[in-house]
Amino acid sequence: MNAPLLDIAGLRKTYGEREVLRGLSLRVRKGEVLVVVGPSGCGKSTLLRCINGLESIQGGRIRFHGADIAAAGTDWRAVRQRIGMVFQSYDLFPHMTVLGNIMLGPLKAQKRGRKEAQAQAEALLERIGLLDRKDAYPRELSGGQKQRVAIARALCMNPDLMLFDEVTASLDPEMVREVLDVMLELARRGMTMVIVTHEMAFARAVADNVIFMDGGVIVEEARPEEFFERPSTERGRKFLDTFIFTPTHNEKEIES
Amino acid sequence: MDLDYAFMLKYAPHFAGAALTALRLAFWGIAFSCLLGLACCLFRFYRTPALGRIAGAYIELSRNTPLLVQLFFLYFGLPKAGIFLEAEQCAVLGLSFLGGGYMAEAFRSGFEAVSRVQIEAGLSLGLGRAQLVARVILPQAFAVAVPALAANVIFLIKETSIFSVLALEDPTFLAKDLIGMYYNTSEALLLLVLTYLAVLLPLSLFLNRLEKRVRHAEFGR
Repeated sequence: MNAPLLDIAGLRKTYGEREVLRGLSLRVRKGEVLVVVGPSGCGKSTLLRCINGLESIQGGRIRFHGADIAAAGTDWRAVRQRIGMVFQSYDLFPHMTVLGNIMLGPLKAQKRGRKEAQAQAEALLERIGLLDRKDAYPRELSGGQKQRVAIARALCMNPDLMLFDEVTASLDPEMVREVLDVMLELARRGMTMVIVTHEMAFARAVADNVIFMDGGVIVEEARPEEFFERPSTERGRKFLDTFIFTPTHNEKEIES
Repeated sequence: MDLDYAFMLKYAPHFAGAALTALRLAFWGIAFSCLLGLACCLFRFYRTPALGRIAGAYIELSRNTPLLVQLFFLYFGLPKAGIFLEAEQCAVLGLSFLGGGYMAEAFRSGFEAVSRVQIEAGLSLGLGRAQLVARVILPQAFAVAVPALAANVIFLIKETSIFSVLALEDPTFLAKDLIGMYYNTSEALLLLVLTYLAVLLPLSLFLNRLEKRVRHAEFGR
């Protein structure tokens, strides 16, 4: 637990006039799980996309392994091989089998041997319980299965850091659990992760630290038990309230 | 209708030979069209400086001028500038020039169908641009573009009938020749129709099956 793996300071991102990230700073140490929550449009996804260079940034610095990857001349191909990303829409390659999807990066980007890459891909499939589907095409899988394969695809690159961008948001409710379980297991194995999610119970279970974002800034940063039980800001409290349903049928009965 | 069957039987092999000539020229024309079209499409899609604009201008020029005029330019115009080309060279060059524009548009429809997140997923794996195009974008773009590409292939083979103006012995030239010599108009034209059908119908069926197979591959078994 020495220098942070990811160290972001004063990150600014604008689309034309609109400022999406307004001077954002955070640190993630090796083995830590950081969960980012906040209302839609608060810039959480943009934050993840800046970390692996899918978005250009207009100010601040992003240090990964101590090097400023937001500086000019960054070899993004090399950086991205060490940062895994999983998207909301899975985005498996439809023309490749499950195994083909997982092995593409290791074989082509990392130029690893086929035998060794396939052994790791199959071991990962075994871990997520989909080894028997290795020759299937994405179309033949359920949403939850696709997302688990997408996680395996990122893991097969042996990344130091995993980014998860609302990975359960487009899943049917009954499939959310199987994906979250894979992520919980990853956390237990010590994977460093930055997770953007709307699953509050999961966030609380998996997080070492929670960041609450609103309007492009970090409003609150706390341990999960603090944030979810005693949010220190009004905005944080309001946000958490939107996830609570209080029974109303009794009152209705009284009225009628 | 009285048809001179003996005449038809006698000249059927000539039509087969002429069809092979046309197909040979069409093959090279189509092959170059595909390469040219793909190159233009890539230049335009990735907004390559200068080349992207040149490709755009070329596509409009090739699609908005008739092949007949393009061939006249190559065969009668270029010699005035001191460039002399064989009739067959003109034919292949002309067909490639025409087809390149159409093929570029067919490829474009495919490239546009590949979603942005697919590209981002590829980038996130650390793939380089060339790897991304070859492994992620092209296979998906190609599957979408196959029907349009196949239609272009049929279209370009039919366009070879215009090669007759270059005095190349394609089926159309042969039919005109026979009519000029023997006045057997009905027989010659019937043979001409049968020749094109014999070539294009099987090809059309084959391309239909290819389309289905490519779709299949995309959607999984």
